[in-house]
Amino acid sequence: MQFPLLLLLFSAAADLSGTADLRETGLSIPASAPPLLLCPQPGAPRDLAPPGLASARSAVGEPEEAQNVGHHGGGFRVVQWEWTYVQTPYIIAMWLLVASVAKILFHFSQHFTTVVPESCMLILLGLVLGGVVLVANKKQLYQLDPALFFLFLLPTIVGDAGYFMSARLFFDNLGAILTYAVVGTLWNAFCCGFSLYAAKLLQVIDERVQADLMDFLLFGALISAVDPVAVLAVFEEVHVNDTLFIIVFGESLVNDAVTVVLYKVYISFVEVGVENVETADYFKGVASFFIVSIGGTLVGVVFAVILGFITRFTKKVRIIEPLFVFLLVYLAYLTAELFSLSAILSMTFCGIGANKYVEANISQKSRTTVKYTMKTLASIAETIIFIFLGISAVDKSKWAWDTGLVSCTLVFIFVFRAVGVIGQTWVLNRFRLIPLDKIDQVVMSYGGLRGAVAFALVVLLDGKRVKAKDYFVATTIVVVFFTVMFQGLTIKPLVKWLKVPRSSSRKPTINEEIHERAFDHILTAVEDIAGLQGYHHWRDKWEQFDKNYLSKLLLRKSVYRKSELWEAYQKINIRDAISVIDQGGNVLTSARLSLPSMASRASFPEFTNVTNYLRENGSGVCLDLQVIDNVPGAKVEEDTETHHVLAENLYKPRRRYQSHYSRHFMSLGEKERQDREVFQRNMKSRMETFKSTRYKRHKKERSLKKRQGLDRDKPRRNVSWQDTDPVFVSVESDEEKDEHSDAEKEEDVGITFVARRTETPKPRPKSVPPAVGDSHSPTAAPPSPTNGGSLLPWKGSVSSPPPCVSVEATKIIPVDLQQAWNQSISSLESVSSPPTHTEPVHPRVSALSRLGVPRPISYSPPGSVGGCTSSIGSQVVQSSLCFPEKKKEQEMEEEQEKEEEAELQPLLAPPTSLTKPPPPPGSAPSSGKRRKPSVYLRSLVTTPSTGSNEPHSRDPTQL
Amino acid sequence: MGSSRSRMDDIPHAQQLIHETDFSAAHLLRLHQRFKFLDKYQTGELRPRDFGAIPALALNPIGDRIIGAFFSPGRETLDFPSFVRILAHFRPTDPNRSRDSTQQELANSRTRKLKFAFQLYDQDRDGKISRAELLQVLRAMLETQVVEEQLQSIAERAIQEADLDKDDAISFDEFRRIVFFFFVFCLQSLEKVNIDHKMSIRFLK
Repeated sequence: MQFPLLLLLFSAAADLSGTADLRETGLSIPASAPPLLLCPQPGAPRDLAPPGLASARSAVGEPEEAQNVGHHGGGFRVVQWEWTYVQTPYIIAMWLLVASVAKILFHFSQHFTTVVPESCMLILLGLVLGGVVLVANKKQLYQLDPALFFLFLLPTIVGDAGYFMSARLFFDNLGAILTYAVVGTLWNAFCCGFSLYAAKLLQVIDERVQADLMDFLLFGALISAVDPVAVLAVFEEVHVNDTLFIIVFGESLVNDAVTVVLYKVYISFVEVGVENVETADYFKGVASFFIVSIGGTLVGVVFAVILGFITRFTKKVRIIEPLFVFLLVYLAYLTAELFSLSAILSMTFCGIGANKYVEANISQKSRTTVKYTMKTLASIAETIIFIFLGISAVDKSKWAWDTGLVSCTLVFIFVFRAVGVIGQTWVLNRFRLIPLDKIDQVVMSYGGLRGAVAFALVVLLDGKRVKAKDYFVATTIVVVFFTVMFQGLTIKPLVKWLKVPRSSSRKPTINEEIHERAFDHILTAVEDIAGLQGYHHWRDKWEQFDKNYLSKLLLRKSVYRKSELWEAYQKINIRDAISVIDQGGNVLTSARLSLPSMASRASFPEFTNVTNYLRENGSGVCLDLQVIDNVPGAKVEEDTETHHVLAENLYKPRRRYQSHYSRHFMSLGEKERQDREVFQRNMKSRMETFKSTRYKRHKKERSLKKRQGLDRDKPRRNVSWQDTDPVFVSVESDEEKDEHSDAEKEEDVGITFVARRTETPKPRPKSVPPAVGDSHSPTAAPPSPTNGGSLLPWKGSVSSPPPCVSVEATKIIPVDLQQAWNQSISSLESVSSPPTHTEPVHPRVSALSRLGVPRPISYSPPGSVGGCTSSIGSQVVQSSLCFPEKKKEQEMEEEQEKEEEAELQPLLAPPTSLTKPPPPPGSAPSSGKRRKPSVYLRSLVTTPSTGSNEPHSRDPTQL
Repeated sequence: MGSSRSRMDDIPHAQQLIHETDFSAAHLLRLHQRFKFLDKYQTGELRPRDFGAIPALALNPIGDRIIGAFFSPGRETLDFPSFVRILAHFRPTDPNRSRDSTQQELANSRTRKLKFAFQLYDQDRDGKISRAELLQVLRAMLETQVVEEQLQSIAERAIQEADLDKDDAISFDEFRRIVFFFFVFCLQSLEKVNIDHKMSIRFLK
């Protein structure tokens, strides 16, 4: 709290010390800002508002230098105070900073924020800040300025809301929304106006309030509109169900037209004088309502079309795609304002209308950018609005208190809102399929929040014409505070108490997409058959039109051909895959997945440990590192491992410096590429795990044979897997070499790695293709499976392995997890290149596995190799050389293993010797990594049975 | 249509239908009018080709399935009472009546609505939506937008999502579960209301 206060003081003080032009108007700084911003003067900062911070900085820098150079004559001054120069952007930036910091502070206390809505806190903060400024300055400098509010703050919020509003939901409830917005607002306005006038006649309201009927009607008009900013702020935290929300929020958006018209009509009436108003003027008022609302809507639709059309051609300039969205949506608002149409309506419809086409046209990155930028701006605008509301309230010179007026207004708006809602709902329910029940009505009545729009409008009143302006301002402030703070505070408990159905965030499923469409078709057909021209009929007509004309016009050709359902399908898959990985990382998932298939999972104590460990540590990656630290091994070992892990996780060495910089394009980020890589590897390893588990089941007997260092094989590429013999560097040997082998371990994901760590520092699980299962001879890991795994295309390539999941693998997965599994796999497919290879591979692989013959895995995608230090070519040669030997070795049992180890050792040293079968270090690492996941499994399986012989092999990750 | 205004007397079994389907007399009149309009040859029964004459229906990707659903298996004609009974599926559930014991019997109960929708998928009426059946619907709805492989993966996934008993098909219970689930929790969380909403149209008057 103190920090923002200090800042504020500082900026306030700074303002005082600056030139007085701003202060003379007695207005807030923001108030003066718009003109500056709109018509930049030469020499003045040209930046636009929100990015003020940066601009302020640059502005500070320039003048100093300029002066340093220029002022030689008058004595050189090292530092100059250039406040006037940077004043406006600086103060804006300060305010933004204060607001943002305030938000951070509020969210320090989780409990607190769940009870008290943020808007309340912001208003309170504003009150405090306003008080401080008042004490410091004796005069209120800051106020919510209508121009600032209507030109900058409100559009950011409405734009965000409109653009992301669910069009389907909005139009499904359009009838109700329109009714509440038009009829309801009119009702409220008139009733409030007349009732207040009646109260005045009854002398409930003090005589000092010099107002006649027109003034009260005017006041009623501006106070009766439900405010979108307040509704958003409060309802966002309440999470009522979507229908309820869209009705209240839609109403608050659409009623803008009514408010604007009423306000303008009354203003003109007040100015002209009631006695001079002719009958024709009333009709003009009615006509202007239609013009304002329909005109606003049309402007919005026109801009939506323009926006959609423009984004169709932005393929070459992706980087400015988001800008088009902001600009055109904002222009829709300004244009409507220009013609004094309903700007909110215009912006809303622009957002709703353009959303579908824009989202389809622009790139994924632009989508994210649009989303985050809009949310950021809207959030900060909302914060500032509420803070300024609070600050404005402190300024006593602006308002005059009359208890009668205030209490009457409060009572009236509440009562009439409730009556209006109930009455309209009663009518609406006769037409609605889903009637709004009593609870809904209570929430809707109670949710009629007034906010900054009303305040800005009342501040805009002309004090000379509307004599009671000060009273109205005070009343409006009280009403706004009461609705936002009291109702905002209590609506949550109320909703809970009434058990209003909440919105639940459920992931969409493909079935929903399908059936939703099917049901639409069904209903349309039935309406057609029954000869009704109902809602579905028209919606269907619209969809036909959209499909035949609009989409053709506004969508890129490439996009147009895509099916929405297919898009939805892909989205769902990707989301699932990501969430699978997100939850507990690979290890946990793979452990869980693999466990059920294992014969006796209960017998392995490690499992629990691992899971706990994972739980404690969260993400798999973290685990990895931590585990490494814990590894009991020698220091050298640790170092190697660390190195290894790093090498693995970092994949390709990053380029420190980007070779080129472009303002117009963003190259695929290194990070992103890595993410994808990590993702793919994870999936690979998981699949391998599955495979291995299955193998275990079937082939326990064979476990002895697995020794073969299949790992080696993996790195090699181009060796057809059919070449039977894998080069075995026995895993064990690798492990004994520990460090070397570890370092060498190939690509596979670190996560798996972790798992193995926990159990036995280095045992390689057979499960992994590389599964060089040797170490586990006792265990079930069959060599062949490993081979198969290695063979599989996905294993190989780091860069873009085609993800293929063998059918068998899927079957292994426990039933309950199958869905997740499938999803992730499919997402993989979508992410990476087409899975053409998979099909052929699988049968073979499986066959191989059955045979139990370990195959060398020839397939290692270039990408992985690239990551490794050694050149592929050399690896290949080596591998081919090794193969025969390895086969033999495989057949041999443990003894052979030992031999292998010996072989491997040389390898460990450096990759120089071509003759030796041992894979070059580079290749080895990749295999090692793969094994890791399997290691875990193995350890689970093997632990009980582990023979005395095996131990060494295990220690190092054995394949 | 206007020339031949229906009167209640023209409608066979009017009272019984009203009782059975809960349509009002006005609804019934309107439907009868529509029925006669569709029945171009004045046979008193509708045939699939009569439905086919509705232009909008011809455009509907799953229009013929829906037409098919109006005809009980093996029959080529549809008389007025059956016509009304089928349409009664799409009446919104009356919230006041839903608590009555009779609710189960009404055609517009949720289960019946779902059953109707289910039958649109389940063309061979074996009580299961097989993969092939789902594929057919998808193909019809997506037309040429999607290649066959994509269709298959969508169908595959849809079945996996819904298939609880692992028979590689969606039974009615499973269907009800997913659809219900999604209407209830996803779109709008009001309990029963949503299925009604999704499968109801407003009969004017």
